[in-house]
Amino acid sequence: MGHISKSEVEKVADLARLDLTEAEKSLFGGQLSQILDYVDQLQTVSTEGVSLTSSVAEIQSEWREDVVVPGLTVEQALANAPESNQGLFVVPKILGK
Amino acid sequence: MTYEAVIGVEVHAQLQTQTKLFCACSTSFGLPANTQVCPTCLGLPGSLPVLNQRAVELAIRAGLALQCELAPSNQFSRKNYFYPDLPKGYQISQYDLPICGLGWLDVSVNGSAKRVRIRRAHLEEDAGKNLHEDQKDGSGVDLNRAGTPLLEIVTEPDLHSSDEVDAYLKALRELLVYLGVCDGNMEQGSFRCEPNVSIRPIGETRLGTKVELKNINSFRYAREAVEFEIRRQQEIVEEGGTLRQETRLWDVHKGQTAVMRSKEEAHDYRYFPDPDLLPVQLDDAWIKDLSGTIPELPGAKLDRFVREFGLPEYDAKILTESKELADYFEACVQAFPQPKTVSNWVMGELLRELNQQGLGADASPISPERLVELLRLVEDGTVSLKVARDLFPELYASGEEPAQLVKRKGLVQLSDDAQLGDIVETVLAKHPAQVEQYRGGKETVLGYLVGQVMKASGGKANPGKVNALLKSKLSA
Repeated sequence: MGHISKSEVEKVADLARLDLTEAEKSLFGGQLSQILDYVDQLQTVSTEGVSLTSSVAEIQSEWREDVVVPGLTVEQALANAPESNQGLFVVPKILGK
Repeated sequence: MTYEAVIGVEVHAQLQTQTKLFCACSTSFGLPANTQVCPTCLGLPGSLPVLNQRAVELAIRAGLALQCELAPSNQFSRKNYFYPDLPKGYQISQYDLPICGLGWLDVSVNGSAKRVRIRRAHLEEDAGKNLHEDQKDGSGVDLNRAGTPLLEIVTEPDLHSSDEVDAYLKALRELLVYLGVCDGNMEQGSFRCEPNVSIRPIGETRLGTKVELKNINSFRYAREAVEFEIRRQQEIVEEGGTLRQETRLWDVHKGQTAVMRSKEEAHDYRYFPDPDLLPVQLDDAWIKDLSGTIPELPGAKLDRFVREFGLPEYDAKILTESKELADYFEACVQAFPQPKTVSNWVMGELLRELNQQGLGADASPISPERLVELLRLVEDGTVSLKVARDLFPELYASGEEPAQLVKRKGLVQLSDDAQLGDIVETVLAKHPAQVEQYRGGKETVLGYLVGQVMKASGGKANPGKVNALLKSKLSA
């Protein structure tokens, strides 16, 4: 069960914008298959009467009051940007003309 | 073959909070680029999201008003995709466990009632803004808007025409503004709509291929885009072509939709629960408290205005379009219980001035008390209706006491028989020809003579009395 094909690895890598070598594709394919095998194993456990669990932390979400706290200055915000101009981050052109 | 359109609508309503959904940055519109940002909304490593309670509260209020089932435990998920306006590489949204489930909104389409089912409404953060102009070799990115709280409200595919889409959008916007959930400003993007349009032969029950319309920031464009899209799809199908599932942008200048991007791969968002955020537990007591704060909603208010005040539906519709105007009207009626008279003034004189300045009734320079004072002056005959109408713009601008203004300008209505009698005599003496005509049976001349008396009195004469006096003198 749970064998991940090379094309599936490529698709997932593409969605994550990862450029994998052939060796990595086969390595990660094997690792992903193992993870899915483990999940398959979990699925054999009967969960009747167990409510849906999306977190194992038994605590309530923390709230924040709706009060403004100043964040960064524009200089600080742009400090690590490879390129910026007039207060904007500059990225490679998105829409071709 | 005849086709029917099948339309569902997604609305992104910006929640009226001071701060963003997961950080304490301001949500103010129109500030210099990248000045309302912090490590969390910039997606910097090590930052963590903390949920804004007010945003959850507003989502609950909207859910209650839309009769939605509220999820006692709901949860945030990551929607993964890459785009420069999305700093983290994922949007925090809700997926399989949205805060609001099934609900409905009743709307009126050309006078008949229609129930639009709501499929869900969920909380999510907005993206930043890409600026394609002004950058020579690239695109500029402003992240002030990134992280702003949105409520995405999704209908079932229950709508079948641009009229129905229009009615739904207007009713939903009015509702959210009434609730204080959203400011409804479409130009600033606080209320954005994305109709999903498909067509199918009448009688067919399966849904056709769906096209999602974007870039619509007014009711008019929504109507035009939907109409264009229905026509476009029909033409393709009638010519034997096949429709593609795609996103199309409304082009305001060309008046048509154009394809944006193919959705096939783009929709692999790999949602998963956001491990940085715990499930949101809605306390029953909290929901009960909030349901007690839901005001009377526009539809119910309209019905009550017709029932309780005996107003025509037209008046009731206009008066209930905003809560502020409805409150203004009710404050007036309470002090001056003649609803139709008040309605005429509020819809006519008051709205004309307010609309000219783009003000809401809550910001009206003339208070309900002052307007009522003016109405009383007309009621007790101190001023004529005409004078009161003429005076209104000045009262509106100055906020002066009506009685004082009338006195100051010497506009108190002339009702004294002796004084009026003198004016009438003078006018009759000046117009022997008309007097002759009247006595000869041409009674329509009376109107002319009344006009002359009014003019001679500087508009102050009581028209009813002038009429009676003229008649008695002419038949003498």
